[in-house]
Amino acid sequence: MPKISITVNGQASTLDVLPWVSLLDALRERLNLTGTKKGCDHGQCGACTVLCDGKRILSCLTLAVAKNGAEITTIEGVAKGNELHPLQQAFIDHDAFQCGYCTPGQICSAIGLLQEGKANNREEVKELMSGNLCRCGANVNIIDAIMQVKEAKLI
Amino acid sequence: MNNFVYQKAGYPVEAVEAVSINDSAAFLAGGTNLVDLWKYNLTNPELLVDVTHFDELKTITEIHYGGVRIGALMSNADTAYHPLIESRYPLLSKAILAGASAQIRNMATDGGNLLQRTRCYYFYDATSPCNKRVPGSGCPAIKGYNRIHAILGASEQCIAVFPSDMCVALAALEAVVNVIGPNGERSIPFTDFHRLPGDTPELDNNLQHGELITSIDLPANGFASNYSYLKLRDRQSYAFALVSVAAGLELDGNIIKSARIALGGIAHKPWRVKEAESHLIGQPATPENFLQAAEIILAGSKGYKHNLFKIELAKKAIVRNAMMALQPESQLPGAKPSL
Repeated sequence: MPKISITVNGQASTLDVLPWVSLLDALRERLNLTGTKKGCDHGQCGACTVLCDGKRILSCLTLAVAKNGAEITTIEGVAKGNELHPLQQAFIDHDAFQCGYCTPGQICSAIGLLQEGKANNREEVKELMSGNLCRCGANVNIIDAIMQVKEAKLI
Repeated sequence: MNNFVYQKAGYPVEAVEAVSINDSAAFLAGGTNLVDLWKYNLTNPELLVDVTHFDELKTITEIHYGGVRIGALMSNADTAYHPLIESRYPLLSKAILAGASAQIRNMATDGGNLLQRTRCYYFYDATSPCNKRVPGSGCPAIKGYNRIHAILGASEQCIAVFPSDMCVALAALEAVVNVIGPNGERSIPFTDFHRLPGDTPELDNNLQHGELITSIDLPANGFASNYSYLKLRDRQSYAFALVSVAAGLELDGNIIKSARIALGGIAHKPWRVKEAESHLIGQPATPENFLQAAEIILAGSKGYKHNLFKIELAKKAIVRNAMMALQPESQLPGAKPSL
């Protein structure tokens, strides 16, 4: 069985993974990091979004075996101890979720978005967040939350 | 879903050898389409040969005669935002950013974009007949729900469309695809890369098994002053095109010196009709003249029960997009289209 070394939320792990195990399943089933959600499992909903070497990707369409040596950040790794990540706080401030299922993916995606620095205004934030679906329809508040962090230049 | 063996090749030639000697082997790059197809049990590779670590295929460089070479393993996002592409080939940037989502564009490679498969509902349903998936099993789309299907170049065997946005711009820009295979290297002009379904709809393109795309060359002329990419779809973002159009114009005042028009979402390959482009040369850039070009492009189009609307939609999209190309700033997010 292939062996991979990955760093998840700053912690190094070595895992034996079968070649067909997705990064999503490795995170959830092997490392017990269930914050990352398995929504559609087909790259259509964005609930499985994590940061891989600083970039937002879909962990459901990523084979874990192909990410040997990668640094992964999941929703469990974005806060600093008891201090929430600015986007976590902004999501609370703006009531940017109802059921919360899409939230980990939304926040990881928004971190990636702000680090990329390609969105210059609200319209562009909406366009560049379109890979994360919210079936409750909290999108307006989600964009408000992201705009708060963007305008405060916290990332 | 089947089990498979995963292997990392040391060099591109090793990857080519590993895949070419095994009919059930495939290259793994971004995986955004391949892994999904495997999960749906639509492709069953025995061996995946990972090529993602070939750093020499992750560059964008200037080449002879003023052109630019894009390494096949560049991500869609890094290509769209690359200074050479943004400044000299903004049509390509625009088309790439119209496709998929930010996450997928971070993962997906440019070589892989050329090889993505159709999103025909019947192709994607493993329980359905489909001549593309199981040759000879039939095409339920022809008499079924065919809203997203072809209006040009289809056959009795298959009316699926090729879904890429990026490739529509590459067709308009007359890109060249460089590949390495078991018999060495070759270069394929973009219009010859993808194919029409004919009697062999299982073949999307003219690559041989074991051939690996190494780079995509762009000629010097990027039509950077007057360009536009218009994508019409059922949802404003993160949806495949019903009709898309890439246009590049060279103008002398209001007179067209040269024109490129390519369509996506309406055929088994990006659609370009050179007669329509040459018809525009020497003409004023007016909606009437662009409509004449659109009529030439759509001549011979054939709609089905649920996609007849695409013929008229394509004509209007061509005209509107060409008028937008006169004012590229009309494409900034939130800007009002010029028509």
